Amino acid sequence: MALLEVKNLEVYYGVICAIKGISFEVNKGEIVTLIGANGAGKTTTMQSIMGLIHARSGEIIYNGQSIAGMPSHKIVHLGMTQVPEGRRIFSELTVYENLMMGAYTKKDKAQIKANLDEIYEMFPRLLERKNQVAGTLSGGEQQMLAMGRAMMSTPDLLMLDEPSMGLSPLLVDQVFEIIKRFHEKGTTILLVEQNANKSLAISDRAYVLENGKIVLSGTGKELLASEEIKKAYLGG
Amino acid sequence: MDFLITLVNGLSLGGIYAMIALGYTMVYGIAKMLNFAHGDIIMVGGYTILLFLPINPVLAIVAAIVFCVIVGIVVEKCAYKPLRGSSPLAVLITAIGVSTLLQSLAQVLFGSAPKQQMVDLGALKIGELSIGYSTIITLVCSIAVMVALNLFVKYTKTGRAMVAVSEDKGAAQLMGINVNFIIMITFAIGSALAALAGLFYFLKIQTMTTTFGALPGIKAFTAAVIGGIGSIPGAMVGGLLLGVIECIAQSIPALSPYTDAIEFSILIIILLVKPTGLLGKKRREKV
Ligand SMILES: Nc1ncnc2c1ncn2[C@@H]1O[C@H](COP(=O)(O)OP(=O)(O)OP(=O)(O)O)[C@@H](O)[C@H]1O
Ligand SMILES: [Mg+2]
Repeated sequence: MALLEVKNLEVYYGVICAIKGISFEVNKGEIVTLIGANGAGKTTTMQSIMGLIHARSGEIIYNGQSIAGMPSHKIVHLGMTQVPEGRRIFSELTVYENLMMGAYTKKDKAQIKANLDEIYEMFPRLLERKNQVAGTLSGGEQQMLAMGRAMMSTPDLLMLDEPSMGLSPLLVDQVFEIIKRFHEKGTTILLVEQNANKSLAISDRAYVLENGKIVLSGTGKELLASEEIKKAYLGG
Repeated sequence: MDFLITLVNGLSLGGIYAMIALGYTMVYGIAKMLNFAHGDIIMVGGYTILLFLPINPVLAIVAAIVFCVIVGIVVEKCAYKPLRGSSPLAVLITAIGVSTLLQSLAQVLFGSAPKQQMVDLGALKIGELSIGYSTIITLVCSIAVMVALNLFVKYTKTGRAMVAVSEDKGAAQLMGINVNFIIMITFAIGSALAALAGLFYFLKIQTMTTTFGALPGIKAFTAAVIGGIGSIPGAMVGGLLLGVIECIAQSIPALSPYTDAIEFSILIIILLVKPTGLLGKKRREKV
């Protein structure tokens, strides 16, 4: 069953059409990737799904419920959230306070504590630095924090917008490991990446976005083997 | 000894400025707007107190806080919320319009003649020292309010959500925070502080006019900028500093005619040396 369904989504910035009627879906339990070059419209798509940008037309259906036009905070309460492009951690708050902001929608104190312990176990670095002001963390640590913060709301659907951006190869591997762990916990994943190689390798399915249109789709394996993809995104 | 009294008076006046400055700075930090009608909320509080004082002083204070909070929320909902996302200039003009509206309403309701009401709480005498109880109460209350506000921001979920919203509205929404609700809370807190400031400022000058809030409003705005607009500790430090400077300048006969000039010169000097204000942070560039 489709957990998230996007139909004929169109998004404009003023008169400029950034998303030109795209449709795709994410099924429960899948890892789905959107790949595309700079400016293809990946972030715009992700932000429209979360209601941070308002779509001109089209349908966004989450769990059978239309969420187009719904305020972002209500969408988060439905069980989906996003690790935004550029991390956007709260730099004035400590690591611990950032993680607690992630649990803003949660009421059950015992569950919050259990989630926190789990995040600390997954990211020992965050535990070491829990009282450090987040703005002073390294880029890699900030990415871990952004991912941990999003997981504090125990989402059913987690969207990640270029989580490997600006990280060293070692950390990139770590980020993909973490995404796999989130997935094993039962979280459905919608990933946006420019690192096509690594993201296609862990994806069930993927869509290729070009100039606001989906030009190609298939399973991760199919796209990895596709000549067009190799040329455009895998440097071969 | 005289200096000690001047200092206490300065801190007490500074406490009033700080409470008002907090309203400016919190609204600026969270809604990213300069609420130039904030000074008039002080006036609304002042008239409410004047109205209810003959009945019961405690009732007067409670009524002023409740009424200011309501006015603050209504102003935000009706005048500012529809303009969210539009140009800062449009918001500024609207705020000036709200200010004029509130002053005109007060004039219609209470007339333009100043209203005087003597409130003498007596004075504390220690040897030769004599400090008015109203000064002491103002100082103690404003410090208590500031401590409480700091604790609120630091330790409550809503308080931390305010910090999150002031830093990054979009990311805050991704946490499930209702930004409109946080903005409403901010206006409510700012207005409650303005009501208290109105009470204490009235105890100080004991005269009500429709422009009662203008002078403390502009001084507190100066204090907020000195401390770093958007910064809560900045507003407190800026307010106390400005109050002390004002009282010291007034206590020196050669300087007293130039008090306002001195205060605004200090603003200019601080902004030249540190454009973000004493405790202001550079806004993080968006990636
Ligand atoms: N706020 C905006 N105002 C106007 N145009 C915008 C705005 N944000 C994005 N765009 C345009 O929309 C298009 C899609 O941008 P988007 O950020 O979605 O791309 P992206 O695929 O995420 O790129 P990247 O990989 O560089 O992050 C681009 O042409 C961009 O210039
Ligand atoms: Mg992007």
